[in-house]
Amino acid sequence: MAEAKETILEENVSADWNRRQPGAGKSESLHPLLELTATRVREFLREKEAVFWVFIFPVLMTFALGVAFRNTAPDKTPVAVEATADAKANEVAQVLSSSPEITATVMSPTEAAQALRSGKISIVVKPQSEDFEYRFDPTRPESRTARLMVDDALQRGRGRADVVKSSEAKITEPGARYVDFLVPGLIGMNLMGSGLWGLGFTVVIARSRKILKRFAATPMRRSHYLFSFMLSRLVFLVLEVAAVVVFAWLVFSFTVRGSWLTLILVTMLGGFTFSGLGLLVAARPTTIEGVSGLMNFIMLPMWLLSGTFFSSERFPQVLQPFIKALPLTALNTVLRSVMNEGAALSSNWAPISIMLAWCLISFVIALKIFKWQ
Amino acid sequence: MKRFADVTAVNGLDLQVFTGECFGLLGPNGAGKTTTIEILEGLTPADEGSVELLGQQWKKGDDRALRERIGVQLQETQLAEKVTVVETVRLFRSFYKRGHSVDEVIRTVALDEKRDARVGKLSGGQKQRLAVACALVSDPELLFLDEPTTGLDPQARLSLWDIVEKFRDGGGTILLTTHYMEEATRLCDRVAIMDHGKVIALGTPAELIESLGADQVIEFSATNPLVEDALTNIPAVKHLHKRGEVYALTVSEIGVALPALLAEIKRQQSELVTLTTHQATLEDVFVSLTGRKLRDG
Repeated sequence: MAEAKETILEENVSADWNRRQPGAGKSESLHPLLELTATRVREFLREKEAVFWVFIFPVLMTFALGVAFRNTAPDKTPVAVEATADAKANEVAQVLSSSPEITATVMSPTEAAQALRSGKISIVVKPQSEDFEYRFDPTRPESRTARLMVDDALQRGRGRADVVKSSEAKITEPGARYVDFLVPGLIGMNLMGSGLWGLGFTVVIARSRKILKRFAATPMRRSHYLFSFMLSRLVFLVLEVAAVVVFAWLVFSFTVRGSWLTLILVTMLGGFTFSGLGLLVAARPTTIEGVSGLMNFIMLPMWLLSGTFFSSERFPQVLQPFIKALPLTALNTVLRSVMNEGAALSSNWAPISIMLAWCLISFVIALKIFKWQ
Repeated sequence: MKRFADVTAVNGLDLQVFTGECFGLLGPNGAGKTTTIEILEGLTPADEGSVELLGQQWKKGDDRALRERIGVQLQETQLAEKVTVVETVRLFRSFYKRGHSVDEVIRTVALDEKRDARVGKLSGGQKQRLAVACALVSDPELLFLDEPTTGLDPQARLSLWDIVEKFRDGGGTILLTTHYMEEATRLCDRVAIMDHGKVIALGTPAELIESLGADQVIEFSATNPLVEDALTNIPAVKHLHKRGEVYALTVSEIGVALPALLAEIKRQQSELVTLTTHQATLEDVFVSLTGRKLRDG
């Protein structure tokens, strides 16, 4: 009975299924690695939110911070003079305002205290019968500067003269402004975010939707799947970095001092390092909540410590070895030295080896513990 | 006939599936159907026992070569939603050395019109057909389908059955799990009924139904509870089973049993509320073996 059945089937087969032409239609599909990468790229580009966070958000951030902290000619230091019953307060305010760097206002004691607390003024001058009392917070650098300026202006008003002549040469050049410090930091932060999020969420979603399991049931090479993330990251990396750099160049005349090739190599290394970390955090969790927790655990310290918005040198000395070992600190250091100082890769071997170590170690561990279902 | 699979799972399953047949694992949810099929697919390692597939065992040879020859549809896989039908099939096609052309498979599962639609926009039946397309794209010798029609409406179920039948008619071997007895009856050459991880009956659907020794089932309810011994003593009644208010009698000759039943109800001074009769099915086989319905869960 089975014999008979099989004979009939042979005919249907060739008609319906082209069973006799192994490999028919192969030409339509590319190499699995390329197909997987293309799928990554498509999925990303079709996810509007992801596009916003990776491309638009960093640009907005550059703009907002660049504007907020742009170095204009230093504003005049705002000073309050506590009102007095007689005209003394007004006289003092006049003496202070004659200095080109001070703007003084007469305020009632409560108003003055309030303005000092909220940071609207840097110092309060309280005229007393013979002398002055300065009220300020010595932990605020601008208040300490204000104290020196106010004292100088008042002493000069009473006739103090310079003992030695001095002259000034003012230097403000692109490369030393806050925005020049900020742009490499934002690029570093963005590479971290898109590496971890891009990989972490995609892998965990694929696992929770049992797509990984479905792939595991095909002859697909596992390395192709994981490597497709690297390739798709490369595609977006170029765009991510270009978006911020071009925007900063247009709006803030930001310039990259180092060679573009060096910059591309550094961002690639940074991108791979955080892809490795992304793969590591995504190696096991089966839920988005699980992987989000892990990602925050990894990213939060680096957001705070790795010198994106201000130099990490400001943290206590004991923390420095730890901070320097973080991959984002290493990436930011290299990016700054390449973009701001025009340094070559060879002068950055220490942070580059830190990144390479993170990259390799996280990849190896991730591949070891990766769960397909 | 070539033996291609010889299964012993943790729960003491011992099954053989023959080349060119459609073999069904029928059972309620939690019977162990999915575990069994995933062990066969090489996705879940068995704790004990062995699986032989197309003359090969998992982890004992070239697994990748074996995967080239099988097609798999998993019960819970939700394919990526932002990708289109043709892109999905093309991706799966790229994993295999040989197979059908992408367009051919899309035509086979009747998704030509949805070729460029995103997966997220497809209906449940269309998504399931796409999943089957991804399993068929390698032109497999052996196709695994895990509850391919669960949750689909009757129309969508019919069109999926057509695809499965076409594959079987083309000489392919199929192992499918289902908890729909109509599906097993229509598609499967042989069926293993599973419950609590064990095979409780094995044979062709016709053989299994015949084993009831009855070809009709009378289901009825009455105003007052009836004396059950009196019901089983009615001529031609083989088996009585009561679920809630409903009595089910499997009978060999309905012409004899039915008038006698009506008389008995009257004698017990009760009245009929509902009465239906139907040809015995695989469902009745399951009920008579376990005392439960298939879809009780």
